[in-house]
Amino acid sequence: MLLLKLLLKNAFRQRLRSILTIIATTIAILAFGFLRTIVDAWYSGVEASSPKRLVTRNAISLTTPLPISYKDRIKKVRGVSLVSYGNWFGGIYISEKNFIPNFAVDAATYLELYPEYALSAEEKKAFLQDRKGCVAGRKVAREFGWRIGDTIVLKGTIFPGEWEFTLRGIYRGLRPSTDETQLFFHFDYLNERLKKIYPQRADHAGFFLIGIDDPRRAAEISLEIDSLFKNSLAETLTETEKSFQLGFVAMTEAILITIKLVSYVIIAIILAIVANTMSMNVRERLSEYAVMKTMGFSWPHISILVFGESLVITTTGAIIGMLLTFPAARIFVDAMGTLMPVFNITEKTLILDFIISMAVGISAGLLPAWKAIRVPVQRALTRIG
Amino acid sequence: MTPLIIYNIRNIKTRRLTSLLTGLGMAFVVFVFSSVMMMAEGLEKSLVDTGSYDNVIVIRRASQAEVQSTIQRTEASIVETLPWIGKDTDGRNLSERELVVLISLLKKDGSPSNVVIRGTGERSLSIRRQVRLIEGRMPRPGSTEIVVGTSIKKGFKNLEPGSRLRFALREWTVVGIIDAGNTAFSSEIWAPVDSLMQAFKRPVYSSVVFKLMVPQDFSSVKKAIETDPRLGLEAKREIDFYKEQSEVMARFLRILGTSLSIVFSLGAIIGAMITMYAQVANRIQEIGTLRVLGFQRREILMSFLFESVILSLAGGITGLVFSSFLQFYTVSTLNWQTFSELAFRFRLTPGIVLKSIVFSLIMGAVGGILPALRASRLNIVNALRTG
Repeated sequence: MLLLKLLLKNAFRQRLRSILTIIATTIAILAFGFLRTIVDAWYSGVEASSPKRLVTRNAISLTTPLPISYKDRIKKVRGVSLVSYGNWFGGIYISEKNFIPNFAVDAATYLELYPEYALSAEEKKAFLQDRKGCVAGRKVAREFGWRIGDTIVLKGTIFPGEWEFTLRGIYRGLRPSTDETQLFFHFDYLNERLKKIYPQRADHAGFFLIGIDDPRRAAEISLEIDSLFKNSLAETLTETEKSFQLGFVAMTEAILITIKLVSYVIIAIILAIVANTMSMNVRERLSEYAVMKTMGFSWPHISILVFGESLVITTTGAIIGMLLTFPAARIFVDAMGTLMPVFNITEKTLILDFIISMAVGISAGLLPAWKAIRVPVQRALTRIG
Repeated sequence: MTPLIIYNIRNIKTRRLTSLLTGLGMAFVVFVFSSVMMMAEGLEKSLVDTGSYDNVIVIRRASQAEVQSTIQRTEASIVETLPWIGKDTDGRNLSERELVVLISLLKKDGSPSNVVIRGTGERSLSIRRQVRLIEGRMPRPGSTEIVVGTSIKKGFKNLEPGSRLRFALREWTVVGIIDAGNTAFSSEIWAPVDSLMQAFKRPVYSSVVFKLMVPQDFSSVKKAIETDPRLGLEAKREIDFYKEQSEVMARFLRILGTSLSIVFSLGAIIGAMITMYAQVANRIQEIGTLRVLGFQRREILMSFLFESVILSLAGGITGLVFSSFLQFYTVSTLNWQTFSELAFRFRLTPGIVLKSIVFSLIMGAVGGILPALRASRLNIVNALRTG
């Protein structure tokens, strides 16, 4: 107890300096936590994926569709319990600035496969009965002020024209990682109209979503599905939902790596600042350490004083920073709207915050502690200023 | 003023560790700021250079990218009858119907990425001055031959001339390498358009590209195409078309870079403040002496401010030196707007250098102003008495 008191007294002897250092640490921990959370958000699709779902797409690339007739053949594969399919629609709501991921899906099977998109029984029924109906996530509905029954018009980019939908349900994500910014509607609605305007593009799906009974057989089932269509006009590539999502993450890896690197730079900056503060503190107190040495205190005592002081400063800053992360994240998410579908501060980030503040505290104390231990008593006592 | 400048510089040298740590903090901030800006600049430059001012690209209305666009044969023929299209020496149109599809290929590190395959014709090369064939030859029309862009060759497996690539149920032979500098064409694979259409069972084109006879005629071309009731198409200058494709990502990078730098600079400013306050506190007697010697309050203020600015400037330059090494580094990433792989280089421009320097000067000035004010306000008698 006495030690802690001494450390606190020491840490705040130069009050202005300590407060400034703590503020700097707070800012750094806040920034670090934010960047980690942005990286986590990048992986949110991976996080939200289920081991019991597979994705089949055209082996050429995601932009090349597959004939819808594949559905029945996939369904016959042993271990497959459910097959749904859909298209990335890529429609624009009013302006390109409003980013809403939108899909045309086979609604009944899709909702069964994705139970985490929670709809009330009435909403579900209303959606399934209305061919022009659509369902949107809670977050996107809030952002654009949509209410059930509203008409939503999307401008097609891949499928030309104006497409009109009636909002029949607003889904809620059952898990924190569920994306609540999507909009989906009936595949048939898209398909019927394609038959009229682009007959050759009708009856094609961009992807098949497959529910399996036993996640341990995922690899086996994927291979079996792909072998069904080997050497056909449209070969398939089947993988678990997780690796499908990881593929997306990998494509923008360069940016992800940049953000990760930058998050470590802030730690380097803070290390420089705390080390600076500590070296100034120690330099000013060299004569005190010399007095302690003459009284018989040896190097462990002195290093505890130095490291302890440094840790008091960094952990105080870290705790304030961690507490501020939550309100700051709330403001950020509200400002970003649908651009940041998932933004959850994880336990891991907080633990990392704390570990980093400890590491910075200790490394910042290294040089000053060395100096305090090494200084010859006589020189320290006769030193001026 | 001169003696004080030397006094400041000597001070910085004497307190080496403190000066180094403070400068280092600044250097890191400037490094982050300049490198993210360099990334955004490189991305934009690469796409802006991809387009030519006198080229027009025609795509389906509202389709944004070529991959999403579809143009029927009849529509393409109508476009090609427009009178404004440039002619070559033989009197043929300098225009080409092209098809763009994406295929998923494995990068050298084993991760998949989307690569643009462009179905091209005989004139695709001559319309685009920035694209050069540097090895081998161009594919023969109707064959299953391809040429590969330099960035693709570098980033992906097995694409040397003579090697084979399998996609869309066919074997394609690499017969040449095209280089288009730092533009998006270096991240593409070119194949004969007719073979590609057959392989992908796609009877429609993605775009029609042509050179204008007179570059200023663009508005009449645009009007002719967009008001023709037989066409559902839109025309853009190639240069604008590609610029739009870099918008979202460059803006994202710029916002990211600026907001990070502002937050990080708060840390560095506090670092400078801590150092300068300590300097003032340690030198109270010296300040008193300087005042007795006749230096004015304003000169003391300027002197401490100068010391802080020198530190931050040194830090800023160090940061810039390190980030300038990034120019040798090529990044490749998925462009969200085209959904395809794009390689580009970090690019340091005089604008970025200037911004970084100004940024570091501001950091030094903001961090130094309060301590400098305290130093200048010291009372002479009290200052001399301390210590």
